Amino acid sequence: MEVQDEQLQRTDGAEAGETDGADHPPYLHPNYVATRLRAPEQPLILLPGALANSSGPVFGHGTVEELDHDLTRQHDGEPQGQRIIVSGQVLDDDGRPVRDSLIEIWQANAAGRYRHKVDQHPAPLDPNFTGAGRCMTDADGRYKFITVKPGSYPWENHENAWRPAHIHFSVFGRAFVDRLVTQMYFPDDPLFDYDPIYQSVRDPKARERMISSFDLSTTVPQWALGFHFDIVVGRANATPMVH
Amino acid sequence: MARGLTPSQTVGPFFSFGLVEESSSNVVPAGTEGVIQISGTVFDGAGAPIPDAMVEIWQADADGVYRSDFGWGRSGTEDGGRYTFTTMKPGAVQGDNGTLQAPHVIVMVFARGLLKQAVTRMYFPDEESANAADPFLTAIGNPEAVARLVALPAGAGYRFDIRMQGDGETPFFAW
Repeated sequence: MEVQDEQLQRTDGAEAGETDGADHPPYLHPNYVATRLRAPEQPLILLPGALANSSGPVFGHGTVEELDHDLTRQHDGEPQGQRIIVSGQVLDDDGRPVRDSLIEIWQANAAGRYRHKVDQHPAPLDPNFTGAGRCMTDADGRYKFITVKPGSYPWENHENAWRPAHIHFSVFGRAFVDRLVTQMYFPDDPLFDYDPIYQSVRDPKARERMISSFDLSTTVPQWALGFHFDIVVGRANATPMVH
Repeated sequence: MARGLTPSQTVGPFFSFGLVEESSSNVVPAGTEGVIQISGTVFDGAGAPIPDAMVEIWQADADGVYRSDFGWGRSGTEDGGRYTFTTMKPGAVQGDNGTLQAPHVIVMVFARGLLKQAVTRMYFPDEESANAADPFLTAIGNPEAVARLVALPAGAGYRFDIRMQGDGETPFFAW
């Protein structure tokens, strides 16, 4: 299946009864084949304000252990690959920091292999790398992970399909409407144009918000490259609220 | 809104080693007085179980209060598309303008092939009069759609199957 069908990418959301703004992808993005049988088809039930009022779970700092944010120190030895520091801030859509909030990440190893029984990619597992971490944002909404740069890996969506390198992020924010699962990408990945998951976000500006930037200020001399990734959470629905 | 949001992306197929712990499906410890089990199967549009989904719930306590320190759970569906939670039945929740929401559980589904979570609400079959007055259910109106949000009694708890699309699609909410 061809994935470079701009027309398809621009129109598929409208057919699915989407009510979201352009920030999030539509449920149905046919170029990402797995959406075809899993995307809800009926229009979403829109109840202005009703769900937005819901608070969300708060996880205590006790949920997270001191080294959970350092994926390079979870085993006896150091993992293979390019050591990196990923840091940034969780913000709401008014730019206010989201403090004391749980962030979870998971990723493939440097060779592009996940530590998961279903992943059959013939690339080596790394005995010194699990690929899962978590941390709490601090009082300024800031977080930091130390890990290795994940490799790209093939998948079966279409012929010769490869995912751009990415780290999965799960963020709770403060309220029910803040819940976000996303993927952080790396600058200048040549696979962006061929990846239907990245391309499922219709607005190119929104898409680019998923790409981290190289950060010399957090790069540690003789040790690790820094990447910066801010995460903005908030109400997904662009329709004005009625109170 | 001042800032654009970070877009959602699929949780993918390989999240369980990072996200799912057995204990996270226990909203309360097994053996707690009044404990119930809520379980169900997540189905795709062809009626096949989805064994690589993740279900999260968020609910009020027995007094109908949403508390920041209680009421969240997460379950994988590796057991043939089936998720299970051990929890307490929530009380009716005081809503806006003096309305009372029937006891309910907010349910979020994440999966490979879902570019953003699908969000629904599960109601209880033994709360007929409360359900009839619930502002969410009355806003939906369509009795068939409402019926799909009401769990079935099952052993020491309830069964709530989730159909992502096709016949009997679970009603999902914008959030």
